[in-house]
Amino acid sequence: MMLCLLILLPVIFSIFTFSFAKSNNGAKSMALISTIVTLAVSAYVSAANYTAPMVFDCEWIPLMGTRFSLLADGMSSMLCLLTGIVMMVVMIAQINKEVEKPNSFYGFLLLSQAGLMGVFLASDALLFYVFWELALIPVYFLCSQWGGEKRIAVTFKFFVYTFVGSLMMLAGLLYLGSQSQVPSYAWKDIVHVGASLPADTQQWVFWLLFIAFAIKMPVFPFHTWQPDTYEQSPTPVTIVLSALMVKMGLFAVLRWLLPVVPQGVEYWSETVVILSVIGIVYASCLAIVQTDIKRLIAYSSIAHMGLMCAVAFSHNSIGMHGIMVQMFNHGINITGMWLIVSMIENRWGTRDMTKLGGMAITAPAMAVALVVISLANIALPLTNGFVGEFMLFNGLFAGTIANHMTLMVIAGLGVILGAIYTLNMIQKTAYGEATTMVVAKDLSVNEYLGLAIIICIILVLGFYPKPLLDLTSGIAMMIGV
Amino acid sequence: MKAIIATTVLGVIMMFAGLMVDNKKAIASLAAVLFLVLLGVNIYELSCCVADGPQAPFGGMLRIDQTSLWFNTLMTGCSALYILLMGKEIQKVGIHVAEYFALIFFILCGLYLLSSYNTLLMLFIGIEIMSIPQYILAGSDKRNLKSSEASLKYFLMGAFSTGILLMGITLLYGAAQSFDIARMAEVLQGPSLNPLALAGIMFIMVALGFKVSAAPMHTWTPDVYDGTPTPFTAYMATIVKAGAFYAFLRLFHVAFGSLSEHWVMVLAIITAATLLIGNVTAVYQQSVKRMLAYSSIAQAGFMLFAVLAVNSTASQGIILYGVAYSVATIGMFGVLVKIKDYTYDGFNGLAKKNPLLAFVATIFLFSLAGIPLTGGFMAKYYVLLAVVQQAPQTHLLWLVIFALLMAAISVYYYFRVIIAMYFKTGEPELTSEVTVYDKTMLVVTCAIVILIGVMPQLFTGWVS
Repeated sequence: MMLCLLILLPVIFSIFTFSFAKSNNGAKSMALISTIVTLAVSAYVSAANYTAPMVFDCEWIPLMGTRFSLLADGMSSMLCLLTGIVMMVVMIAQINKEVEKPNSFYGFLLLSQAGLMGVFLASDALLFYVFWELALIPVYFLCSQWGGEKRIAVTFKFFVYTFVGSLMMLAGLLYLGSQSQVPSYAWKDIVHVGASLPADTQQWVFWLLFIAFAIKMPVFPFHTWQPDTYEQSPTPVTIVLSALMVKMGLFAVLRWLLPVVPQGVEYWSETVVILSVIGIVYASCLAIVQTDIKRLIAYSSIAHMGLMCAVAFSHNSIGMHGIMVQMFNHGINITGMWLIVSMIENRWGTRDMTKLGGMAITAPAMAVALVVISLANIALPLTNGFVGEFMLFNGLFAGTIANHMTLMVIAGLGVILGAIYTLNMIQKTAYGEATTMVVAKDLSVNEYLGLAIIICIILVLGFYPKPLLDLTSGIAMMIGV
Repeated sequence: MKAIIATTVLGVIMMFAGLMVDNKKAIASLAAVLFLVLLGVNIYELSCCVADGPQAPFGGMLRIDQTSLWFNTLMTGCSALYILLMGKEIQKVGIHVAEYFALIFFILCGLYLLSSYNTLLMLFIGIEIMSIPQYILAGSDKRNLKSSEASLKYFLMGAFSTGILLMGITLLYGAAQSFDIARMAEVLQGPSLNPLALAGIMFIMVALGFKVSAAPMHTWTPDVYDGTPTPFTAYMATIVKAGAFYAFLRLFHVAFGSLSEHWVMVLAIITAATLLIGNVTAVYQQSVKRMLAYSSIAQAGFMLFAVLAVNSTASQGIILYGVAYSVATIGMFGVLVKIKDYTYDGFNGLAKKNPLLAFVATIFLFSLAGIPLTGGFMAKYYVLLAVVQQAPQTHLLWLVIFALLMAAISVYYYFRVIIAMYFKTGEPELTSEVTVYDKTMLVVTCAIVILIGVMPQLFTGWVS
């Protein structure tokens, strides 16, 4: 029942927000309350994992063999926890902001949260597909209505791109669901049916499923929607997209691809790893030449996701564990990055690095936060990023695919290039002469609070990652065999 | 049986009511009441059938079973919804309001025959009874040149296709020495197929393809749908089409089901062509009404999937698709008749001017595009599943993937309306005020669309 609450709470609050909260303050407080309550529930669900994972199961459409069944194992509850934290931080950061039509804005944000929770919890293929789409629809409206200048065309491209992917996935799931004697979409039946298919069938079913996930992550060469969409979306939506929705893709690979068509995965692993490694280097190089901070972070995100995807196909349990940890950490770090970017944009009215500078003089606290979060983003030891990245490289190194050494070395370039563009960005924005005449205020109380939460998590998990590792170790061992 | 008689009698009553009552509003209310009566008769007949089992009246010319009665009931329900939603608009079309309603009753009579025919003669009669009132309705706006053109075009093309249908029936009779579809299945079974029968099947496929506007027999559809007064387009594009599809499916599953290896590839190519032409051409339309005409061709492509797969999922699928598509399209037309300018620009800024209208239109368009939790998704899901289940024999998985790609294209033109309503600014002109009654009916329609998407078993439960 608690699991249903995770989905229902945001839905109920969003309906209230849609219909009653016409003023900015009303909508904001409604959304904040909702996210805090949801976070509390997801913390409870995660804590329950140390004894036994929570499940919920009831009949939905018996004729089609699909059930409304939810499961919160280590990976699911970790991602729900991440969703809870990120959404709350987003709402805290929004406290001193005004938006047009606040009721729809916050209503859609909460709806997307419900969709995300559903995706992470669903253990029925059809239910998973339904939530997968439902998470997308509110984001479509959010980007199209509150985004930047080119928002309509960019968002439309994003929507059609991901929709094509989802439909391919639907074809794959349909095929898998129809293969068993009694139609069933339960996770364990899908896994059972998929794994018993002949190898050549698995090889093409693999692509039906993988394209959807690859577009969502995004993996090179399916990434072209991403920088534009991140750039054009309003910051809260960018955070939802980059910290949470890309995790949907990776999560789906771990839950609905690796165990489902093992022989297909084995056959295509090398291809996917090579694509991901190309993506890492390519995106890092592009990040170096960006002058717009938002685009820079967007490309850096492609590089990070590329590494995680490469490891996902390396068949190694330490690597799997690393992915779990890094999914969480990447979500936290990138949320921090976007928050600072939006603060910069609010104060100086630009995201162009060449026009910025001297933040350390005018807004020292903000500059410190920027430095800490950026360093976590390039995985400096004693930040949370280090633990995950270390495990990821370990996994890639010990993996079983051909040429894994070479691939690891090339992927390792991503770290070096990452340091180049991140330090360059810090240097240009935080230090140097103050090039603009705008006198900026330092952090306001709510911004302090939001960034403090992020930085606390970064440091705590950097020193003592054990809780996170424990939460996900069981599931990592299971997938990584 | 009871419903067939009832709809005829009610149609005649409706016609005479036109002579006695002058008040258009009263006639429309009477029609609404009579449709609810008809719905009641259908439900009563269904409950009788559940108790007594299937019947074969008229010397076995019809075979009325639970599935066909359930289909009738659903379609009558959709018609009642249509009348309640569009009644006011139908009054505005012309002066002979009572006749329009009477003609709709007669169309339903044809539909009832098509859902339960057991001989090819009844198929022919059913198709004619369903078609002829439509020729009249297409031309009901007499002073409008486009309406007359639509009527003439539809009549000529319809007559032509009826000729082909008769030719096919004749050839089949020659091969099977019977009009009875169940008997035909027995006679035609065997290692070698009589070439006469094969030719007959192809002729019938073309003729029925014409009725459901499958490519390349679709060319009449856009002009006819565009020229016909909008309220009647809504009926022709939905319930009538669903009826024709049910007849198509019944014939090809019952009579030719065992011969499917001979016709499945031809139909698969027709399906692919229908999907391609419908979706791609819809992208280029500037008028929402014309877009809906092409979208109805595209949706027909999906319904053809149910005919392609000879199994029980397909029969459930066609019923679910018929209902989901009809309700969503009727709803969309219900919004469309309120807008003065049918181009995409006419929808600019509707969300600001009338949020409710924009919201329900969004749900209808979601359903047509097949977004989960709306009826359209479940319907598409069922028909595709039917083909996937049959895939080991028919090797049609490529068609499923092709169809899904086409569904992605359809998002483009459906979402253009949503983009216009929500993200563009403008002052859309409405034809009339959106009253509380209109709003209630639209919300009810919207609720049904979502209900189909969440609990499809409510709508397929009676299918045996």
